[in-house]
Amino acid sequence: MAVIGIDIGSRSIERVVLNQTTGRWCWDKVPTTFDPLRQCERLLAGVNGTRVMATGYGRKLVAEHFSALEIATVTEIQAYAHGIGHLYPRARMVLDIGGQDTKVIALSEGGRVMKFEMNDRCAAGTGKFLEFMATALQVPLETFGDYALGADKRVQINSMCTVFAESEATSLMARGEKPENIAMGLHLAIVQRVLAMLRRVGVTEPVVFAGGVAHNSCVRRLLHEHLGDDLVVAQNPDVAGALGAALAAAEKAPGLLPSGHGERCCGPLNRC
Amino acid sequence: MPGNHQAMWERLNLDLDAHASLLEVLGKFYGDIYLSQQGRLQGMEYLDFVLSEIHGLRVQELQQAKEQGRKVVGTFCVFVPEELVWAADAIQVGLCAGAEAGTAAAEKVLPRNTCALIKSFVGFKLSRLCPFFESCDLVVGETTCDGKKKAYEILADHAPVYVMEIPQMKQACDRQLWQAEVRRFKTAIENLTGRAIDAANLGRAIRLINDRRRVLQRLNRLRAADPTPISGRDVLLINQVSFYDDPARFTQKVGELCDQIEAKISRGEGVADGAVRVMLSGCPMAIPNWKLPYLIESSGAVVVGEESCVGTRNTRDLTDDSGQTLDAMLNAIVDRYLRIDCACFTPNRERLDHIVEMARELKVKGVIHYGLSFCTPYAMESFKVEQALSQAGIPMLGIETDYSMEDVEQLKTRVEAFVEMIR
Repeated sequence: MAVIGIDIGSRSIERVVLNQTTGRWCWDKVPTTFDPLRQCERLLAGVNGTRVMATGYGRKLVAEHFSALEIATVTEIQAYAHGIGHLYPRARMVLDIGGQDTKVIALSEGGRVMKFEMNDRCAAGTGKFLEFMATALQVPLETFGDYALGADKRVQINSMCTVFAESEATSLMARGEKPENIAMGLHLAIVQRVLAMLRRVGVTEPVVFAGGVAHNSCVRRLLHEHLGDDLVVAQNPDVAGALGAALAAAEKAPGLLPSGHGERCCGPLNRC
Repeated sequence: MPGNHQAMWERLNLDLDAHASLLEVLGKFYGDIYLSQQGRLQGMEYLDFVLSEIHGLRVQELQQAKEQGRKVVGTFCVFVPEELVWAADAIQVGLCAGAEAGTAAAEKVLPRNTCALIKSFVGFKLSRLCPFFESCDLVVGETTCDGKKKAYEILADHAPVYVMEIPQMKQACDRQLWQAEVRRFKTAIENLTGRAIDAANLGRAIRLINDRRRVLQRLNRLRAADPTPISGRDVLLINQVSFYDDPARFTQKVGELCDQIEAKISRGEGVADGAVRVMLSGCPMAIPNWKLPYLIESSGAVVVGEESCVGTRNTRDLTDDSGQTLDAMLNAIVDRYLRIDCACFTPNRERLDHIVEMARELKVKGVIHYGLSFCTPYAMESFKVEQALSQAGIPMLGIETDYSMEDVEQLKTRVEAFVEMIR
């Protein structure tokens, strides 16, 4: 028996397949593109009678589109809490910075959501902000963090609005500031905002950092500076939501819980 | 099926094309949010009818009353002592402030970071979209917040505006100020109508408005039953309609609806099986602002109480009707309105107590605090509300939004996650 969790985010879609007989689980990841349904079709091809749980901002879309699969939905807040709570049972706080949302989730000792905070409609302080700024500085997003770590000083960017921050960056450039320093300033801005959210929810250690932005080395470094050893960066940080969805699906179909940190799926779904 | 009121709207000098599209949007919105509900009570047909005639029959009644020499007084706030208006045989109506309409016109004269409610009523007036506004002989504003206070100065160039000063504290000297304001308002209404307010007509008006409050209190008691016999958005709608329908008719119709709810409760029928009971608290939701209640009730929860001006803040307290003299009645009005626990007061401990008490009585699993963006008093107070609720062990979700639909998906995620959390 297997269950599937699928997390349809603004930038990428992750799928987790959990084999409830062996407890093994594997994940796959594709970009969302402008046609997320087509991407989901690929990820869900061959699913037959398997329990599927969708999360992420495209969850409703997928549940409606694949109505024959009777896909249930769960919010990404619950999914991340589930996923991280399972992988890191000591976690009391989840920080999830995704493509367009930043979430801070406080967990009880039993892993239940106690409280959460989410950025509002504005994408300030999310992955989108970094993506936008990386483009403005003509640096590939994947290496933007390393690039910023090449800074030799920390300049301050005051604005968290993506549009205003870009003009602040432009005027810093016009003053001859090194682009690496500007990149560092932009990362600092995002981290300041995230720390404010953490403080609002009331930081309880340890904090597990997940979501796509946890791949960014500069955000990780800056968060470590503030939170020290209490910050744990999740392994495969962007897969935690899909794992959480799979766990939610598994609640209604008893079997073995996932063990280990999973591995990349190695072929068609039926071989997982 | 709405009647044909084109000629009347033309006489009221509405912007006919823009008004037609507004009604079309409203009709569709109402269909999606209200008419799509299953198993509604028959008594809701009255509200459906009132809504389908929102800018029609009621406005026509106002015109007929005006032809007979009665005056129409428009308001924006539960602080305006209605009893005085009805005592002088004038008609009070709440004015349009719940839709994104005339925003372009409003933003010409207002800062962009003004709350949606203020933008809405200024927009409705400047764009000539609200037939109630255009029927008013007097528009009564109040100094509840800085935004409204200054907006009335702008509005005064376009409508006959009268502003009441609302105290910001509740000490003896504040009561004196409020008492003077109530008396000044009485004179203003007497001057407007040419009728003297006396013990006889004020006593009748107090009973008329108390009756309406009582029927809404009864509705609130009944709707609290488990399983929930009526959706939260239906109750919100009833509260919204109470601001502009004829009070005596409204009381009778809602009374009939309450009888049906009683019967439904005795049959043990509910509208939302397994839904999580939540309570709304915060800023008023003027018609047709149904965005958040609809989101909540589409996310596995049901709203069983509104701690709001369009809710219990308007109906909790009756005006003491035991006074025999005009002075005693005026004093009773002064006291009744000063009990309102609006966030414009400091300190405002009563509101926190009321919220916790209500949440406990209604046995809700959580409270959703609703703030309009840029509404400083409620935004600031939400911190204290959360503190009080958390001490009582009741989770709260704070939502800040406006009338636009662009954030619906994000709000849905937040509300759903909250429902998952408290379930």
